[in-house]
Amino acid sequence: MNWYGIKAIYIHEMERFRRTLFQSLASPIITTSLYFVVFGSAIGSRITEIDGINYGSYIVPGMIMLTILTQSISNASFAFYFPRFTNTIYEILAAPLSSFEIVLGFVGAAASKSLIIGCVIILTANFFVDVRIDHPLLMMFFLILTSITFALFGFIIGMYAEGFEGLQIIPILIITPLVFLGGSFYSINMLPEFWQKISLLNPVLYLISGFRYSFYEVSDVSLFTSTLTILTILIGCIIFITYTFSKGYRIKD
Amino acid sequence: MKNILEINNVTKFYKNSVKALENVNLDIKEGEIFALLGPNGAGKSTLINSICGIVNFNTGTIKINNMDIIKNYRNTRKITGIVPQELNLESFETVWNNVNYSRGLFGKKPDHNYIEKLLKQLSLWDKKDNKIKELSGGMKRRVLIAKALSHQPKLLFLDEPTASVDVELRKDMWDVVKKLNEDGVTIILTTHYIEEAEELSDRVAVINDGKIILVDDKDKLIKKLGEKTIKIELVEPIEKINGNLSKYNFTLDQTNKIISHTYNLNSNTTDITELLNDVKKDGYKIKDINTEQSSLEEIFIKLIQENNNELVRN
Repeated sequence: MNWYGIKAIYIHEMERFRRTLFQSLASPIITTSLYFVVFGSAIGSRITEIDGINYGSYIVPGMIMLTILTQSISNASFAFYFPRFTNTIYEILAAPLSSFEIVLGFVGAAASKSLIIGCVIILTANFFVDVRIDHPLLMMFFLILTSITFALFGFIIGMYAEGFEGLQIIPILIITPLVFLGGSFYSINMLPEFWQKISLLNPVLYLISGFRYSFYEVSDVSLFTSTLTILTILIGCIIFITYTFSKGYRIKD
Repeated sequence: MKNILEINNVTKFYKNSVKALENVNLDIKEGEIFALLGPNGAGKSTLINSICGIVNFNTGTIKINNMDIIKNYRNTRKITGIVPQELNLESFETVWNNVNYSRGLFGKKPDHNYIEKLLKQLSLWDKKDNKIKELSGGMKRRVLIAKALSHQPKLLFLDEPTASVDVELRKDMWDVVKKLNEDGVTIILTTHYIEEAEELSDRVAVINDGKIILVDDKDKLIKKLGEKTIKIELVEPIEKINGNLSKYNFTLDQTNKIISHTYNLNSNTTDITELLNDVKKDGYKIKDINTEQSSLEEIFIKLIQENNNELVRN
C-alpha cells in the first residue's frame, strides 16, 4: 500500500477544507438553524409529537442525514472533478497509486469533512431542542457508513461530470427530493397508505429511519433493512468505481 | 549502456477511432538526453502519457528498467517523473505544499531537507510560501519541474519544457536540464524547438502521424542528412556560370558576385579542392569563401515533408 500517497491526497483535501473552514461550517449551521425556525417553530406548533418524540427533536436525524448526504456528495465530486478540470489529475494518474488508494484518499477526506459537519449540526441542534442519542455507537455506525457511501457516490459524479453544472444536477434533482420525501421531517405513517408504499421505494427513507432509530429507538422500517440498504448502496458504488477505473473511462481514454 | 526504457509495438487509438500511435518501437539508454521531435498532433504527448500511465494504450508493451509498466506499475512509476506541457498547477496552494504533495503521491516519506535543496537549485526557495497564482509563467514551469523531481526519479519526461517561455528563460531551462542529466537523470524531452534538441540531446527521434520515422544520434543525423553550402564571393560580377564550374550546379545570386553550391555531407561527389581549382582555372578572383551547414530544423522539415508525401502517395 502507498500510505504516503493516500495521506498526501487526504491531507491535501483536508487542507482545502481548512482554507474554506468558515464557508464549510457556516452554511450547514445557518441552514440547520433555518430548518429549526421554519419546521421546528412553524410546523412544530401544529405537530407537537411524532411517535412520542417532540417534533423539533424528531427532525434532527433527518436534518443531519440531509446535510451528510449532500455534503458527502458535493465534497467528493468537487474534490475529484477539480483536478480533472485543472488537469492536475495527471500527477495522480502517473503516481504509483492503485485505484483503491486514490479512492481511499479522496473519499476518506470527503467523508471526514461530512462527519465534522454532522457533529457540528448535532451541536447546533442542541441549542434549539433536546437531542437524545440512545445508541451512540449505532449512530456513529450509520453516520460513518452514510458519509463513506455517499462520498463514493459523489466520487462517481466527479468522474463522470463534464462541467461544474454536472456536479449539481444529481444532488439537486435526485438526492435532495429523495431526502425530503424520505421522512426527514415526518414519519411515513402520517401519509396515506398509497404514498407510504411509494415512499418504501425511496432508499433514503431506510437511511433516515435507521439513523433515527439510533437516536430515539423509533423507525419507519426495520433496522436490518436500513443496514442492508446502506450496505447495498455502498457495494454498488464500489463495484461501479472499480469498473470505471478498470476501463480508464473518462480519465485515461 | 543498458536500456532504461523499452517500447515495443505500442499502438493507441482514441475513442473516436483516431490512431494516435502506430506500432511505436523505441529504446532509451540510461543516462542520455533523448529528444522526440514532431509537429503538432504527431503523437509526442500521447506517447509520453502512455509511458507514464496517464492514458491507456491499446496494444504493445512498455518496460522501464526491464519492468512492465502495467504489471509493475508501482516500481516503474516510482522512478519516473513527468513535467507536462501545460502549466497544470493548483493556483491556491503554496509552492512548498505543491512540491511536498507530489513527493507524498509517489510514496516517499517527507524529506524537507531534500525539498529545500531542490527549491534552491531551481531558484524557487524565496518563493516557497507564495501561492502558485502569484508566480510568473517561468516560475510555474520551474515548480512543475520541482514537482516532477520531488521523488528523485531516474527517468524524467519533459513535455515541451520551454513552450511559450522567453529566450532567456529557455536558456536557463536548458542549464537546468543539463545539470539534471549530469546528476544521472535520463531525460526524454519533446519539443517544437529544433535548436533545443540540437543544444541538449544525445539522440533524436522524429515522430509523425503516430509513427516513429527516424531514430539516430543527433550528430550522425546532422551528418547523414545534413547538407552544406559553399558560398564563394567573387571580386568581379559575372554574367553567367559556365566553363569548368557548370558541372557543379552553382547558383548565382542577385548581385552576380556570389556563387553557391550545395552538397550532401555524407556523399563524396563534391571535392572542394577540385572545385576551388576549377574556380581558379576559369580565371575568377575570390574575395571570400563561406560555408553553411543545415540545421536540425531544416533536416526535420525535410523529413516531415518526405513522410507526408509518402503518406499521400499511399
